[in-house]
Amino acid sequence: MSTAVGYAAVAGQVVLVGAGAPVVTGWMRQVRARLEGRAGAGVLQPWRDARKLLRKEPITPVGTGPAFRTAPALLVATTAVAAALVPLLSTDTPVSSHADLILVVALIALGTMALALAGLDTGTAFGGMGASREMTVAALVEPTILLSVFALSIPAGTTNIPAIVSGAAHEPARLASPAGLLATAALAVAVLAETGRIPVDNPSTHLELTMIHEAMVLEYAGPDLALVELGAQMRLTLLLGLLSSLFVPWGIATGSSWVALGVALVLFAAKICLLGAVLAAAEVFWAKVRLFRVPELLAGSFLLALLAVTASYFLSGVS
Amino acid sequence: MSVIPAALATATAMAGAGAVAGFVLPYRLRVPVVGVLTAGVGAAGGTAGLAATGGSRWAAGLPGLLPLAGAHVAVDALAGLFMAVAGAVVVAVAVYGIGYAAGHGSHGLGSRTAQAVLPPFALTLVLVPVAASVSTFLVLWELMALASLLLVLAEHRERASVRQAGVWYAVMTHLGLVLLLAGLALFAAKAGGETFAALRAGAPTVSPTVRGLVFVLVGLAFTSKAGAVPLHAWLPRAHPEAPSPVSALMSAAMVNLGVYGIVRTGIDLLGGGPAWWWLGLMAVGGASAVYGILQAAMASDLKRLLAYSTSENMGLVLIGVGASGLFTAYGNRPLAALALAAALLHVVNHAAFKALLFCAAGSVLRATGLLDLDRLGGLRSRMPATAGLFALAALGAVALPPGNGFISEWLLLQSLIHGLQVPGVAVAVVLPLSVALIALSAGIAAAAFVKALGVGFFARPRSDEAASAREASPLMIAGMGLLAAACVALALVPGLLGDGLDRAVSAVGLPGTGAVSGGGVRVRLADISASLSPLWVVAALAAALMVAAGLPRLYGRRRRRANARLWDCGGGAPTPRMAYTATSFAEPLQRVFDDVLAPEQDLNVTPVRESAYLVERVRFQRRVPDRIEHRLYEPVLRGLAGAGQAARRLAGGSVHLYLGYGFVGLVVLLLALAVGW
Repeated sequence: MSTAVGYAAVAGQVVLVGAGAPVVTGWMRQVRARLEGRAGAGVLQPWRDARKLLRKEPITPVGTGPAFRTAPALLVATTAVAAALVPLLSTDTPVSSHADLILVVALIALGTMALALAGLDTGTAFGGMGASREMTVAALVEPTILLSVFALSIPAGTTNIPAIVSGAAHEPARLASPAGLLATAALAVAVLAETGRIPVDNPSTHLELTMIHEAMVLEYAGPDLALVELGAQMRLTLLLGLLSSLFVPWGIATGSSWVALGVALVLFAAKICLLGAVLAAAEVFWAKVRLFRVPELLAGSFLLALLAVTASYFLSGVS
Repeated sequence: MSVIPAALATATAMAGAGAVAGFVLPYRLRVPVVGVLTAGVGAAGGTAGLAATGGSRWAAGLPGLLPLAGAHVAVDALAGLFMAVAGAVVVAVAVYGIGYAAGHGSHGLGSRTAQAVLPPFALTLVLVPVAASVSTFLVLWELMALASLLLVLAEHRERASVRQAGVWYAVMTHLGLVLLLAGLALFAAKAGGETFAALRAGAPTVSPTVRGLVFVLVGLAFTSKAGAVPLHAWLPRAHPEAPSPVSALMSAAMVNLGVYGIVRTGIDLLGGGPAWWWLGLMAVGGASAVYGILQAAMASDLKRLLAYSTSENMGLVLIGVGASGLFTAYGNRPLAALALAAALLHVVNHAAFKALLFCAAGSVLRATGLLDLDRLGGLRSRMPATAGLFALAALGAVALPPGNGFISEWLLLQSLIHGLQVPGVAVAVVLPLSVALIALSAGIAAAAFVKALGVGFFARPRSDEAASAREASPLMIAGMGLLAAACVALALVPGLLGDGLDRAVSAVGLPGTGAVSGGGVRVRLADISASLSPLWVVAALAAALMVAAGLPRLYGRRRRRANARLWDCGGGAPTPRMAYTATSFAEPLQRVFDDVLAPEQDLNVTPVRESAYLVERVRFQRRVPDRIEHRLYEPVLRGLAGAGQAARRLAGGSVHLYLGYGFVGLVVLLLALAVGW
């Protein structure tokens, strides 16, 4: 393995997720605006917002502590480390032996927890409300995600993501199997919940009482807010990328050639844009469900994941 | 070879000296002397344990020590692991305990009785795994139970609830002893000897029915000690009411011995068993994990929350032990070794972070006199060291990287995920469910500890007591620092434990896996592989954190942070009473798990006298009772009380009646003997 290509792939993944995430969000907003008959603010608007926020004065609300100040950076950091691990561009990187799916899930959960603690740290009613709801949803999403991981790792014999991805790329029948499809559906619902999209949470809501994610971060302003928004956008891009890597693995570089890496880059951008457009289009037609109906949705996805595991067990002929 | 007996003799001598010192010395001298001697007991016991995990073994018969059978002792790597854990916890908690008891008067933990009992309790924690015969084990086990009972009762003058907790604990621990006595006596009778060596040799000749009965009896007793449902009811009562260092010892060292007992008897002495034993154990473990952490998420008393979290973690360990037995039953020994190694690693990790959590809760109690999360808050600025240490331990407890709990849960999940190689429909159904239960408990644990940390330590003080809190004394911080160092070491270089863990697993006859070694955790079995490098994760996170924190500084124009009033959506600065409390934080989860928790609520609306439509007073009350206690224990207690009342009629006061009872009893006995012969 040529290490130069490997390092370039890891750096590319982190930079792509870091810098591309605002564009993905801008793209999704634009698609949504067009579908709703509006002109839209343009694909680059999240970047312009971030620039504006970064130039503002950093504010520390009186009565908050270190948890409030470090949470935005921690959110971005956990997502960036996860982005380095997930094989978005290449399965053959210097870190691919450490790229464990459970670790990636746990890193994302760590970011969630940091933000929830920051919400409680403000000592406002909205901050606590958001933290409480976010942790409830996160607790219920966890089983679905780990069961999907379980289902995916049965045919590969490991929870190492590059091994799962390259195995699926070489053996497409795994993905078309009932287990693969059920796991896709389950994981897709889990991703919607983890990233706070409709139908679980409405990212563009202005009504505090219905907020989950936004309520936690109400007190942030200026550069801190820029980091929180970047973290949330990176997490969306990363999880969409993870979905596409796991279930549409073609195009991801498995060797160590620059050409393959370039192709992977282009295909990754195309896949993310397509997924983002589909999600944005779906959000136009869906409504957010009531907070206390969310557990039912998550229970449904949990059932799908459980079916995926049992299907992959009984259909793989191990018994 | 001679390290172990010398260390154990030192520990015993120090415990004896400590007990005498506790009785004899005046209050001012008592606490530091007993503390130092207790720490010595822990250090000596821990040394013996470390020597054993390092590969030394020692066995001896001490015929004069106990009447009739004599005492038998033996130390192997499995015993050594539990001794080392108990020893390490004892050292740190003893240092903490000096600071905790000093300067708070000669009652409670500083009292003569409590200080005299503390060193022997520490000794029994270290010595229970040393026992190598049924009688020695039972004697040490009972001494441990009695010593801990006396310590739980230490603060009985201050709160009436302590006495109630003591009664619950005494009854349940002795029920456990009866079960244990019955099970082990039956085993010894059928196996033809009461030393562990004889039991091990005789186990294959015992009939499967008897073996199953022994496992069920012994398993119930040990899971009760480990705080697993349904026999957990003593734990959430005794742990919060005991003085904090005692809670730490009980929760981090004593409950482990329940796990030790199951591994020792189930896997080692009985030599494994059919699948139904282990499926039962996994069911108990899974139920404890989810039920325990759900109750923890609902609790607003900090120590009650931690106690239920112990129940959860022991549940996870039992899932691992059960999976290990299950894999052995189906003949996959490498996988069984992996599951057992994961379970034992979790025991070690849990001991480190739970002892630290209980000590930090004790510091909060000393500083504010409160454990009610709804009235705490804002402690991070008043007690920064305690808050930081609590946060570190909580990171371990939520099983997220870079905490230490993550590594053992990761290993446990790996062993379960790869368990599907084992054929059998039962396995195919049970393993995914176990994974889901572990995931659910991890998710709810995150909510529970975000609540404990965020509501208890962050935001602003919700009461005057919390607002005037003072940082814990230096000795308390030193004790907690030792535990924190252990947490960090376990999180960063779990490989230090690798060989000891392998030897402990080999001690019960499973092949060592080398799963934990050097810089990370690696799973390499026949056709599966996975690896995790905690150090690498921490380094990457630290680097990313620095970049992320530096990003706004590079680009931003203004670097000085300005203070501003909380915005709160334009609502103006909210008062602390408006902040979310622990109860409100847990409300959505409680609603989701309404059917499991069955909360009780009570709404009283008092209208004004003149008009039924104007409300004068509204009183709302909600309790989340322990439902298992409600449904399982109360009927039994009512039945017992009823039977007791009914039995009074048997004693009518007539001498003729009593003579008649004697006569009938004699006849029945003679008949039984005649038939039985």
